[in-house]
Amino acid sequence: MVKEELANRPDNTAFTQQRLPAWQPMLSAGIVIPGFVIIGLAFIGIGVALFVTSQSIQLLELDYTGVEQTSPCFKCSDPNAKNCMCELTFSTDTLFKGPVFFYYGLSNYFQNYRSYGVSKDDDQLSGNLDNFKSPSDTCAPYEYDRNNKPFVPCGAVANSLFNDTFKLYQIVNGAKKVVPLDGKGISWWTDYNIKYRNPAVTPLKNAFNGTVKPLYWSKPAYELDPSDPANNGFINQDFLVWMRRAALPDFRKLYRRITDGDYAEGLPAGNYSLQIAYNYPVLSFEGRKKVVFSNVSWMGGKNEFLGIAYLVIGSLCVVMSVVMLIVYAKFKFPEEE
Amino acid sequence: MTWRSPLALVREALRGQRAREKDLRNLASNLPYEGLEKGKQPNRYFPGNAIKTTKYTLLLFIPMNLFEQFHRLANIYFVGLAILNFVPVVNAFQPEVALIPICVILCLTALKDAWEDFRRYQSDRKLNNTPCLIYSRKEKQFVERRWKDVRVGDFVRVVCNEIVPADLLLLHTSDPSGVCHIETSNLDGETNLKLRRTMSGLCISHPVFEPESFNSVVVCEKPNNNLNHFKCYAEKPDKEKVGAGIESLLLRGCTVRNTDHAVGFVVYAGHETKSMLNNNGPRYKRSKLERKLNINVFFCVILLFTMCLIGALGHFLWLQALPVVPPFLVPDSNGHLDSPSLSGFYMFFTMIILLQVLIPISLYVSIELVKIGQIFFITNDIDLYDEDTDSRVQCKALNITEDLGQIEYIFSDKTGTLTENKMVFRRCSIMGTEYPHKENGKPLSSCYSTFHWVSHSCRAESSSSSSQKIDPYLDFFLALAICNTVVVSMATAQRQRVSSLHSRQTNNPLNTLSNLVKKPGSLHRIFTFWQRKPKRNRTISEDSVTEGDDFNPPVKTEEPGDINGLQTCSLYAPSQCNMPATTSDNLSYEAESPDEAALVYAAKAYGFTLLARTHDSVTVRLPSGEDLVFEVLDTLTFDPIRKRMSILVRHPITKKFVLYTKGADYAIMELLGTPYAGMCRQHQKNIAADTQHHLDCYAKEGLRTLCFTKKIVSDKMYESWLVNRRRALAAIDNREELVMDTAVQLETNLSLLGATGIEDRLQESVPDTIVALREAGIQVWVLTGDKPETAVNIGYACRLLEDEDLVINMSCKNKVRRPLSASLKVGCLTQNPRNVDTTQDISLVIDGRTLTMALSSDLQDRFVDLAKRCRSVLCCRVTPLQKSRVVKVVREKLKVMTLAVGDGANDVNMIQAADIGIGISGQEGMQAVMASDFAISRFRHLKKLLLVHGHWCYTRLANMIIYFFYKNVAYVNLLFWYQFFCGFSGTAMIDYWLMIFFNLFFTSVPPIMFGIMDNDVSAEMLLGVPELYRMGQGAGAYKFSTFWVSMLDAFYQSLVCFFIPYLAYQDSDIDVFTFGTPLNTISLFTILLHLSIEIKTVIHWVIILGSVVLYFIVTLAYSGLCITCNPPSNPYWILQSQMADPMFYLICILTTVVALLPRYIFHVLRNSIAPSPLAQARHLDRLDPSTKSELIKEWRSFRGGGQVKRSRLSTPPSPTLETPVDIHLQSPISSDVMGDEFILNVITENYQRERNVNSEESEEKASKLQSLMLFLWKWSVHTPNPLVKRAELSLAYFILQ
Repeated sequence: MVKEELANRPDNTAFTQQRLPAWQPMLSAGIVIPGFVIIGLAFIGIGVALFVTSQSIQLLELDYTGVEQTSPCFKCSDPNAKNCMCELTFSTDTLFKGPVFFYYGLSNYFQNYRSYGVSKDDDQLSGNLDNFKSPSDTCAPYEYDRNNKPFVPCGAVANSLFNDTFKLYQIVNGAKKVVPLDGKGISWWTDYNIKYRNPAVTPLKNAFNGTVKPLYWSKPAYELDPSDPANNGFINQDFLVWMRRAALPDFRKLYRRITDGDYAEGLPAGNYSLQIAYNYPVLSFEGRKKVVFSNVSWMGGKNEFLGIAYLVIGSLCVVMSVVMLIVYAKFKFPEEE
Repeated sequence: MTWRSPLALVREALRGQRAREKDLRNLASNLPYEGLEKGKQPNRYFPGNAIKTTKYTLLLFIPMNLFEQFHRLANIYFVGLAILNFVPVVNAFQPEVALIPICVILCLTALKDAWEDFRRYQSDRKLNNTPCLIYSRKEKQFVERRWKDVRVGDFVRVVCNEIVPADLLLLHTSDPSGVCHIETSNLDGETNLKLRRTMSGLCISHPVFEPESFNSVVVCEKPNNNLNHFKCYAEKPDKEKVGAGIESLLLRGCTVRNTDHAVGFVVYAGHETKSMLNNNGPRYKRSKLERKLNINVFFCVILLFTMCLIGALGHFLWLQALPVVPPFLVPDSNGHLDSPSLSGFYMFFTMIILLQVLIPISLYVSIELVKIGQIFFITNDIDLYDEDTDSRVQCKALNITEDLGQIEYIFSDKTGTLTENKMVFRRCSIMGTEYPHKENGKPLSSCYSTFHWVSHSCRAESSSSSSQKIDPYLDFFLALAICNTVVVSMATAQRQRVSSLHSRQTNNPLNTLSNLVKKPGSLHRIFTFWQRKPKRNRTISEDSVTEGDDFNPPVKTEEPGDINGLQTCSLYAPSQCNMPATTSDNLSYEAESPDEAALVYAAKAYGFTLLARTHDSVTVRLPSGEDLVFEVLDTLTFDPIRKRMSILVRHPITKKFVLYTKGADYAIMELLGTPYAGMCRQHQKNIAADTQHHLDCYAKEGLRTLCFTKKIVSDKMYESWLVNRRRALAAIDNREELVMDTAVQLETNLSLLGATGIEDRLQESVPDTIVALREAGIQVWVLTGDKPETAVNIGYACRLLEDEDLVINMSCKNKVRRPLSASLKVGCLTQNPRNVDTTQDISLVIDGRTLTMALSSDLQDRFVDLAKRCRSVLCCRVTPLQKSRVVKVVREKLKVMTLAVGDGANDVNMIQAADIGIGISGQEGMQAVMASDFAISRFRHLKKLLLVHGHWCYTRLANMIIYFFYKNVAYVNLLFWYQFFCGFSGTAMIDYWLMIFFNLFFTSVPPIMFGIMDNDVSAEMLLGVPELYRMGQGAGAYKFSTFWVSMLDAFYQSLVCFFIPYLAYQDSDIDVFTFGTPLNTISLFTILLHLSIEIKTVIHWVIILGSVVLYFIVTLAYSGLCITCNPPSNPYWILQSQMADPMFYLICILTTVVALLPRYIFHVLRNSIAPSPLAQARHLDRLDPSTKSELIKEWRSFRGGGQVKRSRLSTPPSPTLETPVDIHLQSPISSDVMGDEFILNVITENYQRERNVNSEESEEKASKLQSLMLFLWKWSVHTPNPLVKRAELSLAYFILQ
């Protein structure tokens, strides 16, 4: 009877009465000092580790844009030059520890430009033959050529594939010794094995019937690496690397790794010659081209910023904890004594 | 259905329109037309009884709901953006994807609306299909139909305890006297029974009612929503008109009680019924916070446009700087490239689409969700639950919870709000003699051995003429018992018909008569035991009388001497032992006003038991045991203009027409004529004066007073009056005025019987609540219809006024409209300079008439200016309209948040005028509650509602909104910064789905939960230190500065979140979306940890952790499953590969720490160096209970009796502060002033005193003003507080005017 009468009585629970246990970090000087000290010391530790690691990474950058007249590639920078080759020489004083990663770098190149990034057909690149006949609209204007034949691969990204090639020689006693470059495994494993697929047609060439190669390409996709079917067509590693668009306008992309033979331990000290097939025009957007040799560590390539940033922030935290200590001594809550 | 020409249809429709719009409607019975087609029906133009309260129909739901939703500007904005995305040149994402957020929002809202509408539909259907009885001519009886079948012109039969289906004109009841009781609790919540009677002279009350014989035309007014007003007349075939009013109307929704059955004629049906017209759905108010929020949304729009302009301009410049077309610049499908300027123009729109999230799309939905949650917690608060009435707090307005935390002014009603409105009969004055009465309810249960009046000196009267002496007492108690509209019902068998009781009691009237005549002694006996009363039992009231108009708390001293020959007498209850207990104990009275019930119970306590009341008779049992049956000839009901009611009866013994009138003293005193016949000669002149004196005393004690009079009406007079009365009742135009005029005609030349004082007890912990509210920086105004004396007394009792306050009493006695200042008198009631350090508070008492002048346009500003400086204001004798006017003036002039709280119908105006209206569900029905935004059951609930829930709701919501803005800006800016590195091309480096999820799922729940459940300070602390409430007042926590600071913080954090990863990944081979992944993750951490600074409870931590886990699960799943979906982003395996990279973690940790470091350091430093009161309270919260309560006490006492002015918060005592000296300096201590004994005399507007004072008045006034000025000058000089000084000067200025 009583319960019935008080039907409207609210439940007296911690939840409905808003008496849930509270864990309130009261941010005051006394409490945060240990936190600041710990964070500061940890950051300094990480910073030191990062900095040391970064210092140990060797890096060699060679610009070969050929803007300067002194540059060996100056002659190739002329837009009218065709099939131009130039040769860059460099030397290392010490062993360039392996495995050496060989990058090409472009600057002022906006692969992240929106309409450029959209301009590709993922279904086509995953080997869907329907999209060979009629590529996605996103590829426009690199969708059909003047004769209304579809481009395969279509779109601006594929069309602008980087097509400079490099050969590296070590000059041993005046003779050029080829440094073997490893082109396998330079792209993402998932790109190579899952995302990009050649159509299941043999020979590959037949799948491309009725299509044309992209405008800027010198050879069709099925001839990118005729020697190795596992590196041909859409799963060509250079193509895959290019298709993964760079986030920033100054970027580098992995070209090869030097892992084989005599050079598995790295590039020994000595003179080297880099033979460049200079095809890719960059002067139209005031870009630069370079090649980069670098070895890598657990933290990737050379980057001093992160180590320094950790050191700075770590020290800042330590300084702050000292300030807090002073504040604490002066303004502490009486109850905290 | 037969075909009819369209023209005829149109004509028919127009005619119907006209018929509905006409001021008077002619309604005829449907019965002669039964079975005919619709076009022949006489009442076809009027709507049927089916109701439809749903907003939508099944088919049109989607378009109508969308139309409703697009009333919200934000929705249009987002749909516009989504459409913009379909324009190829400007699109930023795939068009379909851009539709998702707006669709989700629209769908959620539509679902909510559909559910609400479905519930309305269900209740409609249930109601429409309720069975009822309609007369059918074919079957010659009432047949069962549904409510929806009822039409205007039908005859409907309602049986006992059934609900009335439509507005019925009552034609017949089972009761022989043609009355019927209804309970209107469905309509207005009043549970007392109301009497309705059949339309007189229209239908002969056969035992069986014949609807077919009804051949009159009912003419009634157009439907309106006034529940207490209805006018109609019935025109018989012979052109005779019979009038009827609300007393013959059964309203839809009422329940018939105490009556077997009733038959009525349907006058209004369906949506035209009064109850439906009164039902205008939930109220929509916009809160202050929401108004501010819209300004900030506007700022966000400006920000967005600026950013888009920068983007467009940047794109233009970037394109301009390109020498030739680079390979990455993609022309359109025709191979054509737009000019840089055109591209820049397009880019502007692309940017708008890209950065649209800057305007928080989910904010509005989130706010609604949060408010629902807040309301859930408010209504579930057990402290706001009242066990007596089993009612929780009700939130009627759903969207102004946070306004509760910003109140600066409270306007409160007195009766029923501050007081219980449970009336207790305390004192009465009969023929100029005063009798206190101790308990009201007790006498019934306990049996006193004898009934005796104690002590009265009626020196001239001898015992021989005792019968004459007794008559006024008999009359007085008869008036108490009769002169009311109280309905008697049996407590045990409450719903039984009264008539049975009635018939049982109307035993032989001759018997009663003879009994009375035979046994005058029995009546004598009642009043014969007079004794002198010992002096030491003098009461406080008398002391007050002797000391004149001094509002000093009464001092209980024993003063010898008779003043005015007055003595206080005691009144004891009579013996009830010999009474037939069965009848009297089972009686229960249902009165319209609690005063009436108190009077009837009081009369019962003295043996005058009201046994039954019917339409035309009243039965009273006398102390001697006889039952007297009075024939009631007419009842002149109470109205607010006359302020009195009368009942005209024929005395069963003398057969004389007797008019008993009761009413407010000022409404009665001026109508007094012949003194009571046979009174002591010496006293007869003094009776009025003495009674008035008593009344004044009662008022000072805070009692509610009523005067009772009697008048013997001669037969001739009655006859002539009756003619007028009938004419007035039948009139359809100006009926009220005419009826009132007839009442006024009769109520003249009255003889005073006496007066009563009824106590209205203060509600539990009202003073405590008022003090707490005041400490919270809220100004409390009390607006009451009571007399100034009563009001001031209650004011002191509830600590609205303090003893040491400077009370300014403003009142003017004449109606001169010329400057208020001319007739303005200022009294400084009690001024004790000894307490000068706490007396800087001024209180203002003003009466209704003066208020009218003060609120006139020329004085308004000055009045408000003065009132602003008063700590509390007491307005007496104000009308409902004035109440709302006061609220409006204060609200508009001072631009403050106002709250009005009241319980009665007279508070409805005020409740609706204020920003927040609070209704107290008390004794006086539900009208206030129905008009209110929140309904509480006790005044003290206001304390927790405002101080705790108001504070919580406000801080939660304010913080949540600011957080929402911050969150969106911080996130969107990441995209903006990226534009500088992608040629301002509108690229997003975060997958669009993840962006949507980020806003919709990953970061939306924590702020919403924060908005619902955050406890920044515990309830205990908030109640303990009401000052904390001040944080919300004025601009509160949600200031523009707060907004901009958080915007700046957002900019800083977004810069950090973008540029640290940028620098870390510079010159690497990272790709677009791999770069975006750490950014997204960092943002998540930053945004969530940003919130955690504020976070208090475990639940929040769980939710934050849950959000993080959800983010990783969803993103991992998404990037694990999406191989070629959603181009161009292709997030496939990106997060997985990132999570395998230690750099990812290092960057995330560093960035999050750098982004949050400034905010944390700021908080730490502020909390350590200059903690805000809230932070201190939070600190105290963490201490153990005993120390805590001690410190709270210290803090409160330190603050010192309300001296803290608004906008300044005292700092709690803290040894480390070392500043108490400074703080003490605030108090205007000055030895000079302290030394002075300065008491200003009082000028009161006592009606009685006026004549005596008049001559000295001008002199007195001048000197008093002078001294007051001197005093004020002195005071202001010694007051370091500039605020007080200004207040004083302006006060002085005001007086001098």
